Amino acid sequence: METLELTQEEQFQARIDADVRIEPKDWMPEAYRKTLIRQISQHAHSELVGMLPEGNWITRAPSLKRKSILLAKVQDEAGHGLYLYSAAETLGTTRDQMLADLHSGKAKYSSIFNYPTLSWADMGCVGWLVDGAAILNQVPLCRTSYGPYARAMVRVCKEESFHQRQGFEIMQTLCEGAPEQKAMAQEALNRWWWPTLMMFGPADADSPNTEQSMKWRIKRFTNDELRQKFVDMMVPQAEFLGLTVPDEKVRWNEERQAYDFGEVNWEEFWNVVKGNGLCNQERLQARVDAWEEGAWVREAALAHAAKRAGRELAKSAA
Amino acid sequence: MMTDSTMPAHAPAATPETQAQLLPFVLQLADTSLILAHRLSEWCGHGPILEQDLAMANIALDLLGEARSYYQYAAELEGKGRTEDDLAYLRPAVEYRNPLLVEQPNGDFAHTIVRQFIYDAFHYHLLLQLQQGPDAQLAAIAEKSVKEAAYHIKWSSEWVIRLGDGTDESRQRIEKAIRNLWRFGGELTTSTSTEQALQAAGLVPNYTALRQQMEAHVARVFEEATLPVPEGVFMQQGGKDGRHSEHLGYLLAELQYLQRTYPGLQW
Repeated sequence: METLELTQEEQFQARIDADVRIEPKDWMPEAYRKTLIRQISQHAHSELVGMLPEGNWITRAPSLKRKSILLAKVQDEAGHGLYLYSAAETLGTTRDQMLADLHSGKAKYSSIFNYPTLSWADMGCVGWLVDGAAILNQVPLCRTSYGPYARAMVRVCKEESFHQRQGFEIMQTLCEGAPEQKAMAQEALNRWWWPTLMMFGPADADSPNTEQSMKWRIKRFTNDELRQKFVDMMVPQAEFLGLTVPDEKVRWNEERQAYDFGEVNWEEFWNVVKGNGLCNQERLQARVDAWEEGAWVREAALAHAAKRAGRELAKSAA
Repeated sequence: MMTDSTMPAHAPAATPETQAQLLPFVLQLADTSLILAHRLSEWCGHGPILEQDLAMANIALDLLGEARSYYQYAAELEGKGRTEDDLAYLRPAVEYRNPLLVEQPNGDFAHTIVRQFIYDAFHYHLLLQLQQGPDAQLAAIAEKSVKEAAYHIKWSSEWVIRLGDGTDESRQRIEKAIRNLWRFGGELTTSTSTEQALQAAGLVPNYTALRQQMEAHVARVFEEATLPVPEGVFMQQGGKDGRHSEHLGYLLAELQYLQRTYPGLQW
């Protein structure tokens, strides 16, 4: 007799289709688990590595107010890293394992952090553009199908949108300031514009994971859809600032009700992803050094905790 | 943890002279918080574990906030229209009044912890007193900051204990850090002529009593950390009078470079 029961996989997909959140103890396809571990840990690593290009300017920020804002922001990023590592751990991996994968180069982080921060205006561009792109990626993730990830993203997005406005404010102050400040802002935009467009990942035609991720509702929009949204949002903001985006092909398309824009340099994108960006080596080395040079500190904390527990045990036995 | 007040119960009203003396004192507090915040922020992204990156950025941010409050008050006392940024970014090293301790380089994590702990043991007790003082503005800043300093000293004390009573390596490292940094602790509670005048006027706590509170705190934590308290160490002085170690010049070159390159602009 033919069974009407659904397979585990079909039940899982039915829950996804009904927009029911998947939780850590629920059954899930192994590929779903693996995809999420890869994506969430990559996201966590990006928060961690992303502290470096901005950390580069904390000691040189031009006013005490800006310095405070930047420090608060980097502190938030460390916190985002912690939320995301915790979310990934609900899938059965460990933070130590994820960090080992980062340090060995097996796990990736966002390609954007392999670009150097060369002037103060870069702090504006990182906030305005890079965090702006991150928000477009992350807001849909607040509805992603895996519960712990979605809940982490709700918290991250609240803080991230605050940073983005502060980044825009840095740009605005520079653009309303002296000519050399405005030039600094334009030069930074010239360097950050294309790398930010690359943050949305390869074109849909070259993005093998997209279809499955959409079906599982891990992703809600394709890379190209989000990239288009970003351009549509940012071009008017650049105009408002009196800046020009470094793309001669940017033009409002009345028919599409969207901006046309030029082709991303995919050769550069793949090079950076493969580790050949200007700062890939420095960023990874900084993280590996911090981990290795901090080993004795972590060992001391563990040894002391064990001693303390031993003493308490002895005390309660006496 | 409360300590007995060393401020006079009924401070005499501040005279114009003591008000004028207050400016260098407030600047000294501001510079101290700013320089230590700068050092801690250098750890950003390089800490031994993410939680401690977060903790150090957090303490740096608290200290920076405290520095801003003092600079704003100093600018008001000075009354020449200078801003917090003018005071932080446009004064040369010889005008900076921070004690030598806080400008010392981070070194390894043990050096950072020892520097922080010695400073926290002073800072926390200073603020407990200042918040009871007769100068309303200083008392208000201290009242806010002491809540943060209580967190800082808890953090640094716990790490002194973990490193002292951790592994052989952590113990060797913290002992080395103590050998290198102990000589800067005495300056914190050695009164300058400014501080003496303000103490006489009842605007600044009695530093002898403050030193006892600080030493008692250090002794308690060191005992738990199984570390001996060093004795007979020659104490370096000078930072509070603008005579610094060679480290401060480089630190300020970095901190001030944008304001120096593009003076007089809004950021």
